[in-house]
Amino acid sequence: MIMRVVAKCLIPLIVIYAFYVQFHGEVSAGGAFQAGVVLAVVLILHSMVFGLSATMRAVPPWFTRSLAAVGVLIYAGVGVWALLKGGNYLEYQALFGEPPGGHDGQHAGIIIIELGVLCAVSGAMTTIFYALAGRVAEIRDEDW
Amino acid sequence: MTGDIIGETGTALINILFLAILFVVAIAIARLRSLFAIVMLSGVYSLVSAAWYILVDAVDVGFTEAAVGAGMSTAVLLGAMLLTARTAKPEKPLKRIGPFLVCFAAGVMLIYATIDLPALGDANSPANAGVGLTYLQVNWFDTGVPNVVTSVLASYRGFDTLGETAVVFTAGLAVALLLGFGERSLAQTLKNTPKPDTRPAENRKASEPAEKGPAS
Repeated sequence: MIMRVVAKCLIPLIVIYAFYVQFHGEVSAGGAFQAGVVLAVVLILHSMVFGLSATMRAVPPWFTRSLAAVGVLIYAGVGVWALLKGGNYLEYQALFGEPPGGHDGQHAGIIIIELGVLCAVSGAMTTIFYALAGRVAEIRDEDW
Repeated sequence: MTGDIIGETGTALINILFLAILFVVAIAIARLRSLFAIVMLSGVYSLVSAAWYILVDAVDVGFTEAAVGAGMSTAVLLGAMLLTARTAKPEKPLKRIGPFLVCFAAGVMLIYATIDLPALGDANSPANAGVGLTYLQVNWFDTGVPNVVTSVLASYRGFDTLGETAVVFTAGLAVALLLGFGERSLAQTLKNTPKPDTRPAENRKASEPAEKGPAS
């Protein structure tokens, strides 16, 4: 009971913290890799308190594994976008065709690829956790 | 001046404290046989080393260690522990001598190598004088991103990070392909919620004749 109430209070805070880490990666410590892991840890906490099947109903396994693939695609897509604009692969300077010293392309490129990394890391971590925890095996009381 | 000395001694003491905790935890992990305690202690090890990383100004590394080492890998190892035995097999004492000698030799060599390490924050060390300094100088004009770690990671070395993301994705895919996507447990709970009821029924069927047998 106490666990459930505390977890219900904590989960939104941890999610907000994950997005804080994500979007402040440009100016402070942390970044998309850490934010992705924090997001995956939220799901693990949820599954430990409310049970794995409740978590799998909220965030289904097909969603996490497609999220991981979509994340890699977003990242690679930024590179292709730069190619189409006439630059090198992943050359953010070419995204908006700016002269050297213009920073819009850098900011946009970094934010988009960090979104991709966030999706890929959180999706892959959650997939790993589902694969391990979703095996039909019960922990016996005397093993704790 | 005395404040500096007191501060430096305090930092050194905290350093020694953290490293001593790490040492004790590592010894405990090596000596324990219960896998559950080992998993928990490795989480403690990661958390303490994350605090120590922050003490030596490696904030990003410390953050990653706390998130991945203490949070994620502990949960994953707990999940993996469910699939195997709960205690490690005890080894013969003679078999431990070889690994002990290897560890001892590697430790002695590492301690010998630390003599040549530059001091913490040394401006003339190779890490601070060469490419690192160049990045610090050109970063603001090139990218306009205040955090040099992020700009190096995402912009200068975007290829590397793309590779890392692909590695994480591949790792998730490989685990899922080896172990299944975990949907079996979801399907089991969705399909037959009376599943917990069938097992006691079978147990009862198996146990009832044994109980009735002596009576009749």
